[in-house]
Amino acid sequence: MALDRWIALILLGICIVYGYTAWFTMDAGLAPFMRRNPIWPSSFPKVLSVLGILACLIILLGLEKGEEKVGEIDHRRLGDYFYGQALLLLGLMVVYALCLRPVGFLLSTSAFLIIGSCVLGERKWHIMIPVAFIATGSVWYLVQEVLGIFLRPLPAFMGV
Amino acid sequence: MLEGILIGLQTALSLQNLLVVIGGCLIGTFIGMLPGLGPMSIIAIMIPVAITMGDPSAALILLAGVYYGAIFGGSTSSILLNAPGVAGTVASSFDGYPMSRQGKAGKALTIAAIASFAGGTIGAILLMIFAPMLSSVALLFHSPEYFALMVVGLSAIAAFAGKGQVTKALLMTVLGLIMATVGEGALFNLPRFTGGIMDLQSGFGFITLAMAMFALPEAVFLVLKPKNLGDSGGEIKDLRITRAEARAIAPVIGRQSIQGFFIGVLPGAGATIASFLGYAVERNIAPKHEQEEFGQGSIKGLAAPETANNAACTGSFVPLLTLGIPGSGTTAILLGALIALNVTPGPRLMIDDPQIFWAVIMSMFIGNLVLLILNLPLIPYIAKLLAIPRNFLIPFILFFTLMGAYIGQNNATELLMLVGFGICGIALKFANYPLPPLLIGFILGGMMEDNFSRSMQLYGGVSFVLERPMTLGLLVIAAGLIIVPILRTRLAK
Repeated sequence: MALDRWIALILLGICIVYGYTAWFTMDAGLAPFMRRNPIWPSSFPKVLSVLGILACLIILLGLEKGEEKVGEIDHRRLGDYFYGQALLLLGLMVVYALCLRPVGFLLSTSAFLIIGSCVLGERKWHIMIPVAFIATGSVWYLVQEVLGIFLRPLPAFMGV
Repeated sequence: MLEGILIGLQTALSLQNLLVVIGGCLIGTFIGMLPGLGPMSIIAIMIPVAITMGDPSAALILLAGVYYGAIFGGSTSSILLNAPGVAGTVASSFDGYPMSRQGKAGKALTIAAIASFAGGTIGAILLMIFAPMLSSVALLFHSPEYFALMVVGLSAIAAFAGKGQVTKALLMTVLGLIMATVGEGALFNLPRFTGGIMDLQSGFGFITLAMAMFALPEAVFLVLKPKNLGDSGGEIKDLRITRAEARAIAPVIGRQSIQGFFIGVLPGAGATIASFLGYAVERNIAPKHEQEEFGQGSIKGLAAPETANNAACTGSFVPLLTLGIPGSGTTAILLGALIALNVTPGPRLMIDDPQIFWAVIMSMFIGNLVLLILNLPLIPYIAKLLAIPRNFLIPFILFFTLMGAYIGQNNATELLMLVGFGICGIALKFANYPLPPLLIGFILGGMMEDNFSRSMQLYGGVSFVLERPMTLGLLVIAAGLIIVPILRTRLAK
């Protein structure tokens, strides 16, 4: 089965769960006076769930005829691409998200930029390190000091 | 009117106000380039500065300059990095980004600057002429018409769907609408589909979703397929647009200035709908061979949303200045600033404070001119961004993507959501599902449901469709937008 149909199948599952919630569970706690309204909180989601399920089925059953189009990247030839680097960068983003508050903006961002470049194969440390520190400091100054949006600069245990 | 124009010119051309508008445009452009900081946040941040200025004309001139600058700055990040920071510039990335990948970044930025200038200037002329008249037309729009207008906006997804892609585009739209129902709706005040998770109480963040669907997959694709980046090496070979290209975009600019302005006048519509509709309309009326270029780096596909969003920004000042009703989030913040400065916008503004009314309009002309003069010479330097080596640029794109989501919500959970949605976006892109309809559905979903629910409550059911001719007319247009491309394809066969 083609990837677009697999995705349609997953989306069908999501639409069914969404529809089940809208049709059968959402209105249970509705106040009696709201039941007399022509529109309920579940009305719009009910329509959407039906539309979503229909669209998924059309794709799954291949009812819409069209040429098979290969996307920007052919997933069948994934081995030709640098997917290891991509996965490492996504992992790095998750680590950054988890570290931003406890470790502080300055350290976590500098580390993210340096490790990110390193993952992509850069080894010019004399450029990477100063660029990362200068960029991190500038962004922190702009966001926190100029725009007034709080970004904890240093680790939490340092009390800042 | 002539007297008003002279008063406005006198106020706007004072040295202080000229410096204010130049400063506002520069601040707006540079901060607007940071994904995640759209006009609304920048204006909100600048309000304390504007209020301390004391003079309402100067304050409003500053904020208007910031507004235009931010819209242009947002287009720059859309075109160069495919990272639209605001909904109004999403459509600019559809053709702007492919152009920069083809080594035409300079040309794309020039077209964006000229189209923005033209849209803003023509919009200001229309504002001057039609402001009093249009305020009465805008009053005719009620919830049923707004709902129908949203349906028209969503039907425009037909413009994004290629052969055999209509259902996929529709599914993505529905998915966007479904995502918009998560959290507390304005009308029902009940948490829906949150699964008891507190962070979902206010729904998904627009910036997070925009970053996850556009910037993140793009950055990951650049990693997967390195040759995608640096095709141009940051060299600006063709900054100038040719005579043939100018001839091609001139009618687009003319049409979209007018259409964008009138859409901007409608409260709630604004630059986002204007830019998407502008793109959709131009694609649908283009000759067949040109239609296929849309999404691949078409100059018309870039000029249309750029003109429309700037014209709509100007149009959104009509309900604010003449009725005191903000037509968009940005003008709502401007309204707050005006009230803080003891100015009450409304029908009496033109009579009681003509210098403010006309100074704002005149500052729009000056602001647009300043933006053009400042930005055209800067384009080669801005486009040099593409010459930064991939190994340095990609971590920075990812960092700005993360920052955009974080600054918008000030919540680290948002970053995890960004990565999660980003992975979904990458999978959808692999399977060739169009992502713009998802974002359009998400943006319009909340407004659409609110207006639909209000119409149902007012009319006790769906009878509003037949009882309100304007609603019916708009829904017929929406049906046409879907049916015409299908018929065209069938007739072509």
